[in-house]
Amino acid sequence: MGYAEITLTALPIGQQARVVNVGMQGLTRNRLLDLGLVPSSLVKAVRKSPGGDPVAYKVRGAIIALRSEESRLITVWPLD
Amino acid sequence: MNCQHVGTLKVLSKLNQDKSDAVIALAGNPNTGKSTVFNGLTGLKQHTGNWPGKTVVLAKGNYRYRNKIITLVDLPGTYSLLANSADEQVARDFICFGNPEATIVVVDATCLERNLNLVLQVIEITPRAILCVNLIDEAKRKGIVIDFPKLEALLGIPVVPTAARDKVGLAALKESLHQVVFEHKQLQPLSIRYQERIEVAVATIQREIEPFLRGKINSRWVALRLLDGDTTLITEILNYISGTGPDSWEQGSNELKAVKCYE
Amino acid sequence: MSNEENCFQGIVAQAQTAGAEVGPVRDQLVLDLYRQTQEIARQVVKRQGKKEDFDHKIDDFVTSKYFGYPLMLTLLSLILWLTVSGANYPSQLLSNLLFGFGSHLTAFCQWLKAPDWLHGILVLGLYRCMAWVISVMLPPMAIFFPLFTFLEELGYLPRVAFNLDRGFKRAGAHGKQVLTMCMGFGCNAAGVTACRIIESPRERLIATLTNNFVPCNGRFPTLIAMAAIFLSALVGTANNLLTTGLVVGVVVFGILVTLLISRLLSQTLLKGVPSTFTLELPPYRWPKMGTLLIRSVLDRTLFVLVRAVVVAAPAGMIIWILANVYIGEVSIIGHLGGFLQGFGYLLGLDGYIILAFLLGLPANEIVIPILIMSYLSEGVMVEPSSIEDLHRLLVANGWTWLTALNMMLFSLLHFPCATTLLTIRKETQSLKWTVLAALIPTGVAILVCFLVAQLARACGLV
Ligand SMILES: Nc1nc2c(ncn2[C@@H]2O[C@H](COP(=O)(O)OP(=O)(O)OP(=O)(O)O)[C@@H](O)[C@H]2O)c(=O)[nH]1
Ligand SMILES: [Mg+2]
Repeated sequence: MGYAEITLTALPIGQQARVVNVGMQGLTRNRLLDLGLVPSSLVKAVRKSPGGDPVAYKVRGAIIALRSEESRLITVWPLD
Repeated sequence: MNCQHVGTLKVLSKLNQDKSDAVIALAGNPNTGKSTVFNGLTGLKQHTGNWPGKTVVLAKGNYRYRNKIITLVDLPGTYSLLANSADEQVARDFICFGNPEATIVVVDATCLERNLNLVLQVIEITPRAILCVNLIDEAKRKGIVIDFPKLEALLGIPVVPTAARDKVGLAALKESLHQVVFEHKQLQPLSIRYQERIEVAVATIQREIEPFLRGKINSRWVALRLLDGDTTLITEILNYISGTGPDSWEQGSNELKAVKCYE
Repeated sequence: MSNEENCFQGIVAQAQTAGAEVGPVRDQLVLDLYRQTQEIARQVVKRQGKKEDFDHKIDDFVTSKYFGYPLMLTLLSLILWLTVSGANYPSQLLSNLLFGFGSHLTAFCQWLKAPDWLHGILVLGLYRCMAWVISVMLPPMAIFFPLFTFLEELGYLPRVAFNLDRGFKRAGAHGKQVLTMCMGFGCNAAGVTACRIIESPRERLIATLTNNFVPCNGRFPTLIAMAAIFLSALVGTANNLLTTGLVVGVVVFGILVTLLISRLLSQTLLKGVPSTFTLELPPYRWPKMGTLLIRSVLDRTLFVLVRAVVVAAPAGMIIWILANVYIGEVSIIGHLGGFLQGFGYLLGLDGYIILAFLLGLPANEIVIPILIMSYLSEGVMVEPSSIEDLHRLLVANGWTWLTALNMMLFSLLHFPCATTLLTIRKETQSLKWTVLAALIPTGVAILVCFLVAQLARACGLV
């Protein structure tokens, strides 16, 4: 469809997306890679915490909470 | 802050002094039920809890099976063995340099795909691994069906389904472990292949590094780590092959806290 | 060897160059690993029926914008209310039983014609202190620990961390600090050990230094007793509901102080940028009640209780000696209390209270028994066996609602117990941080109590 790449932060709750790029370096990056957040994997935004941040995502069957500091560096391709 | 975690080898040398026929490592992602399996097998009372990171202190315990005394080591839960954190380093060092007779990898049946990542990393280091697929009761409740024989065939290591909290499958786990450790059941773990470019580079490094390792450590794995630029490994390897540990390891010996302690 | 080492280093360097040529190695390794796990999982895992699981619905409620925070507060209140109201009767029973047996011991000593000092040290000192600790500590712990373990096994704690992370981020701290605080409710030493789950050394230290602001099980009985006394002094009655409300208020105040001090620390001593926060929210798992009850009572409750009793026994003896050896007209404890009186008064407390906290360093559980014994040594009243008796004893020693309030605040905020300090020493491997871990809370406790006392007095409230 007519979607374009967005940051993971911008992914609406309930929507799925495919990871395009994990845009950070070093330890933080390795950590996310180990959790299965690698380019081409599927993520789904599941829920926001009461304050709106962090947000929980479903990644390879597990629910992982990320702060916006991290999620805004990840670009994804939203799916329907 | 790594200082508190550099005790792995020291721990092992202590373990070997105990009267034990085999030392077995319990590895796995956080919160998959490692401590529950540990308690179920040893009868000890490590604290459990449904949150990732409950166990932060290495614990060991014994059980007897068919006249053999087995020592289990409950490792902290990790998502990988690529040594991003102190915990991962402990787990990796123990599996790699601690010479456990076998490693049990405990995985969550409801989240197999993510958990298998660690399994592959373990069998990359050691062929003597056993897969314990825990929480099958939860998987059943959620309508998740796993084809265990097929999983075993694909991975090439024994696969034992368990519900550790209800002691389901623990007998099979003990038996499976016994066969691997004492009856020298031959395992042919899946060999993990990477892209061509990586394989070529690895092959070269592997050839050169081989003589240094004297067959003590898996050379392909070391080559992969060096290619990955893992510097935490270099000193460990040097110490391991020369058979000495630096004094700093002394400090870490209190890592092995008695299991009876609170938390 | 060094030649071999050089060779080895050569290969390492060579490997690094090769790695640089291949491109981002780690990415490719992880990608390939996951490609393979994905393939295996595709072949062996089948899902039948039920798509959205039940967890999802629970979490919608537990982490919702409107219910998330109220639910946490409700659960905290519920646990404390059950603890407060459930512990009342068994505590009374135990106390009657143990002190009843104490009188038999006294009779037995008289029959033996044991010297007074021996009877004093063993029965009035050692035994009574132990009896106090057991009757005051055991019932609340035996109720609190199973309830808490239930929430822990269920999987609620990571949700609390998820809900509260925002506050901790603002304070420059790590969201997992919440998990370490939860452990601190049971025992601060355990909370400090749990700080290992925080990888960044800076954030781990913040969590370590502030863990003490969560009242551990050894302090709950103190808080509960003081809340009851505060309420009856101020409003005339103290029912369980009001008492619970006040204790909840104190706990929440402790959390606010934690956030504040964390923030101050991350702006001063422990400056730095927040590290990565990734927290897995595991699926809920319904606990096995039988095992849960047995384990939480046997492993947690008895462990903590035994530790307290072991400390209480010698402490009881020492206090009795201090209270019964006279220098001039006054007992040693009287001298010490008198010496600290001025300072205590400034904080809305008195000299004996300060002394009890100092002598209670080995374990928070023994603070109240020490205090009672010092007051008793003045010969004002007989052994208090209920909260009403205790209230009368304290009032007779000049207590007002302010004393009770500040005692709660001081208990909440003061230096960690010796076990916790030793654990901090072990975890940080640093004397400096251990000392700070004692000084910072004590400073906060003094400041808060001083301000409250001065304010109350300036307004003519006491
Ligand atoms: N339903 C069910 N729950 C289980 C089973 N095994 C463990 N659990 C629960 O899963 C949770 C985690 O178990 P632990 O043994 O603490 O997990 P761990 O792998 O040691 O976790 P970390 O120490 O954090 O790495 C606990 O609440 C256990 O009670 C099982 O077979 N079935
Ligand atoms: Mg564990």
